[in-house]
Amino acid sequence: MHVVRVVPSLRAGRFCDFMPGRHLVRRCGISAARRSSDSDRAGSQDQGGAELNWKHDRFWGVLATVAGVGLATPVVAEQQDARIGDAEAGKEVYDLCVGCHEVGPDAGNGIGPHLNGIFGRRAGSVEGFRYSKGLSREGRLGMDWTLETLDAYLENPKALVSDTRMSFDGLEDKADRDNVLAYLRQFSDSPQNIPESAPTGRAREVGLSQETLAIAGDPEFGEYLSNECTTCHRIDGTYDGIPGIVGWPEEDFVIAMHAYKRKIRPHPVMQMMAGRLSDEEIAALAAYFGDLE
Amino acid sequence: MTLNRRAFIGTGAAMAAALAAPAVRASNHGKPRVIVIGGGAGGATAARYIAKDSKGEIDVTLIEPTRMYYTCFFSNLYIGGFRDLSSIGHSYGTLAQSGVNVAHDWATGVDREARTVTLAGGAVLPYDRLILSPGIDFVEDSVSGWDVSAQNKMPHAYKAGSQSELLKAQVEAMPEGGRFAMVAPPNPYRCPPGPYERISMVAHLLKEKNPTAKILLVDPKEKFSKQALFEEGWNRHYAGMIERIGPDFGGDNVSVNPDEMTVDIDGVVEKVDVCNVIPAQKAGRICEMAGITEGNWAPVIPHTMQSRVDENIHVLGDASNQGDMPKSGFSANSQAKVAAMAVRGALLGSNVFPAKFSNTCWSLIEENDGVKVGASYEATDEKIVSVSSFISQTGEDADLRKQTYEESIGWYSGIVSDMFG
Repeated sequence: MHVVRVVPSLRAGRFCDFMPGRHLVRRCGISAARRSSDSDRAGSQDQGGAELNWKHDRFWGVLATVAGVGLATPVVAEQQDARIGDAEAGKEVYDLCVGCHEVGPDAGNGIGPHLNGIFGRRAGSVEGFRYSKGLSREGRLGMDWTLETLDAYLENPKALVSDTRMSFDGLEDKADRDNVLAYLRQFSDSPQNIPESAPTGRAREVGLSQETLAIAGDPEFGEYLSNECTTCHRIDGTYDGIPGIVGWPEEDFVIAMHAYKRKIRPHPVMQMMAGRLSDEEIAALAAYFGDLE
Repeated sequence: MTLNRRAFIGTGAAMAAALAAPAVRASNHGKPRVIVIGGGAGGATAARYIAKDSKGEIDVTLIEPTRMYYTCFFSNLYIGGFRDLSSIGHSYGTLAQSGVNVAHDWATGVDREARTVTLAGGAVLPYDRLILSPGIDFVEDSVSGWDVSAQNKMPHAYKAGSQSELLKAQVEAMPEGGRFAMVAPPNPYRCPPGPYERISMVAHLLKEKNPTAKILLVDPKEKFSKQALFEEGWNRHYAGMIERIGPDFGGDNVSVNPDEMTVDIDGVVEKVDVCNVIPAQKAGRICEMAGITEGNWAPVIPHTMQSRVDENIHVLGDASNQGDMPKSGFSANSQAKVAAMAVRGALLGSNVFPAKFSNTCWSLIEENDGVKVGASYEATDEKIVSVSSFISQTGEDADLRKQTYEESIGWYSGIVSDMFG
């Protein structure tokens, strides 16, 4: 039961069955060993849809809180919680990270940078660590690691930083993310930008309906809209100083564009371009570019 | 005759009919015909998109006199030594391969009644829709003492290519401690930050090769694009080298003497070693010949980029008078896609979506010190209006500036591939 509590990623398995797709299949790669042990405890399939909603509601709750903007759909959940999560349980989740990251006294850089003082740290800023282009770029553009950005990153690293080298598929379960962040939070002495002050304040959560992510994009409309993108982004996907955007899993694309639209991702041109795209237009672009090779 | 017969056999009836009876109305043929005049950021993009998206259902002919197109954007970087000239030159082979009929000739006349374009070579080509994207020409006598016959002594270098080469060579040949002057143009003109990026690039070149040389910028405008960013950069990188004379000090009252290499600024005569004269500008002359200009530019309907004078003609880029968008390659490319969609909609009945436009202009101030300004736009009945915008900030750190520069290289690669395929 212990493992189920820490990483109940059985949800991921049902998620895939419910709505197969490249991205979702990839996401299912999380902690395969643990998932198989979860599978032994599989519940009934008919809960899959509910779990699907749950995940995105939480993700968008975080984004919306940071951006401080009203959403098209009303608040579905609001809660005040004095704590980020259960640090003790988070220590177990952190086992997923120890192959690459060190934290605590004497922690240094390994395959990944050390995580001491991660809260409030500028992304891509640990001295002596060689970051991916993407993470360096987000840092230069001004992204800091806060509760919100870390949560988004842990949920799906590539959705926040497209070409991150962090080889981790993401933590599906919001509780796992909360717990591991609560654990890591203990190693940050000077946390900044954490809502409601130290040590473990937590932002108000606002949920967004699942509908936005469920919109089926019209690729023909997307092809027209893509004309605005291809002035800068090469249609053959070449990275020449501006990232390639073809062949992305649709969901990653949609999440990334909404993150620009809500000004979580910091690039000014992209914030402007995404800022005037409707949810349908973002879905259409995701559908069009996702199908390009 | 042999040639005609071969063409007939080789390419089918439609082509042969065009050759044999070029004055026949285009609408009498099966396939609609589009002629695009000018193969730059607007024209090349429009031609490529119409050919690509109509999947052969529209005949597209591009009229462009030069075999090799040198982009004005990044030509300042060539002057500064950051690009080779060859890296900003592009031929039209890829467009031809993607189904555009490329004719290297000058368009010498437009008959709007007959809907035909006459070429310098004598051919008369019919069209259903005509797209004019000729860029700019210079307003005669806008700088007293200068005309095109003086452009070797005092280059404009505002149409890229041999003029850019000439200006760069002249700067490199300046005597030690010599003086470079620029006569900047009045609004509106192509590439608002262009003259000031050029000042930066000339300063970069001189700082390396001739650090005691001076730059005199004579400007008829009170303010200019990205002014705070440029002035901050000039102070930081080229302190003491650049002097700007605005209209308060006679910058709007200038004449030049190319034979004497002098610039007269409000009665004060300055001897200079190199003089870059960027005259006042107007729509490429073919617009005037087609009778669709009002004043110096061709007014357009924002939703489709159609001429307000003739609905069968679309005008793109620098030549158009459309509202808030700056005259830039990015703008022309953006407008071209809107026009291409409108043309396909009109000729084939394909979907037409609401027009959206955008523009971003990157400028290089010094090595790895890039800045940008941009906006997005929408069409109203009256004009294209800016709906949101951004600009680089003064005091940004070096990493961000370097990234902005690298981004501009990515954009160059992107837009060129978008124009030519």
